[in-house]
Amino acid sequence: MTGGQAGRLRHAEHVMGTVVSFDVPSCAADALGRAVRWLHWVDGTFSPYRVDSDVSRFGAGELSLAQCAPELTEVLEACAAVSALSGGYFTTTPGGRFDPSGYVKGWAIERAAAMITAAGSAEHSVNGGGDVQCVGDRGSGQLWRIGIADPLRPGTLALVVAGRDFAVATSGIAERGPHIVNPHTGQPAADLASVTVVGSGLTLTDAYATAAFAMGSGARDWVESLDGYEAFAITSRGADWQTSGFRAYLA
Amino acid sequence: MRRVILAVVGTVAGLVALLSFKSHLPTVPSAAVSTTGGTSGTSGTSGTPAPSSSPATVPGEYPMGSLAGQLPTGETAVTGHVATTVYGPVQIQLIMRSSKIVKVAVLRQPMNTIRDIQIGEFAFPKLIGETLTAQTAKIDAVSGASYTSAGYIQSLQSALDNGA
Repeated sequence: MTGGQAGRLRHAEHVMGTVVSFDVPSCAADALGRAVRWLHWVDGTFSPYRVDSDVSRFGAGELSLAQCAPELTEVLEACAAVSALSGGYFTTTPGGRFDPSGYVKGWAIERAAAMITAAGSAEHSVNGGGDVQCVGDRGSGQLWRIGIADPLRPGTLALVVAGRDFAVATSGIAERGPHIVNPHTGQPAADLASVTVVGSGLTLTDAYATAAFAMGSGARDWVESLDGYEAFAITSRGADWQTSGFRAYLA
Repeated sequence: MRRVILAVVGTVAGLVALLSFKSHLPTVPSAAVSTTGGTSGTSGTSGTPAPSSSPATVPGEYPMGSLAGQLPTGETAVTGHVATTVYGPVQIQLIMRSSKIVKVAVLRQPMNTIRDIQIGEFAFPKLIGETLTAQTAKIDAVSGASYTSAGYIQSLQSALDNGA
């Protein structure tokens, strides 16, 4: 599953229940391997679907936090901060049991991208099943172009955003049905078909997208209040809105 | 080439959506289903500008079976690995001209249930039409609700990787 044009390496890795696509310079092949191993380690440690993961065993009370990987402590503290910032719309117990996946995926992808940066690459992207971290540009000063999937017309794009050194994350119903619960009502969030958040790092961009989706119609004002983040949403009735600075990203 | 690969991975998400979001299938308009006949209509309703490829290779054709033995000069066939899915084996063949996908053929697909046949008649043609459309949008990646790791992606991705 590795290929690409001259000087570039493309790799698609099946991990964390999705496909993570890398686009990196050929000289970063070693770092790509390390990034892939990192993602599999995250999967084994943080997956709520594996009974032997730290997350599952911590959630079941079999392990104390101190007995888990130290990264879990880091993740829990960060989740608490996002939860507070979002008025509780972001939660580590979305389905009633402990599951920090809403934070972990973006965090793991951003860190994977940083590992490739540390190896000397200034131009690469990592797409974690629809949540994208772009580093630098795509070469020769050309901006990365990221299509936003239209949740109401599967397979088509709603619009295209362009940028450099940015992250794009989308939460929505299109791929797995209504699965994001509004923690204040216990019901699946239903206002929005999808919401896309754009920011600098995928960790918070992705977590904010999850919170914004659970928030529904209130998400517009909330993202507007966040420095450095913009949002575009398609409502479940097919209307759309964007925050005031989003237009700067329109391709 | 890398743009094409990324675009296709994204549009495959659209197919996975059709598979996982079941309420879509019963509401499929019959007109959409009828495009399995092989006209170029599949991408016309997407809201995306239609591809400007030459009429000799009409996007939206999705023949069953290998085209490798009957290609005009300048076109090459790239065959994906057989991907095992919960629905059954899937294998896709891409027809390339100058590093562009001009046709997609389905070599193997699940045919066990009515739902499999609906997927074959609707979802595959839609996927293929949109793959060809997204190719013209010149995007590097697609952001959307997380897609699951499905064999449909594997087959198309491996065909692309084999041709890259």
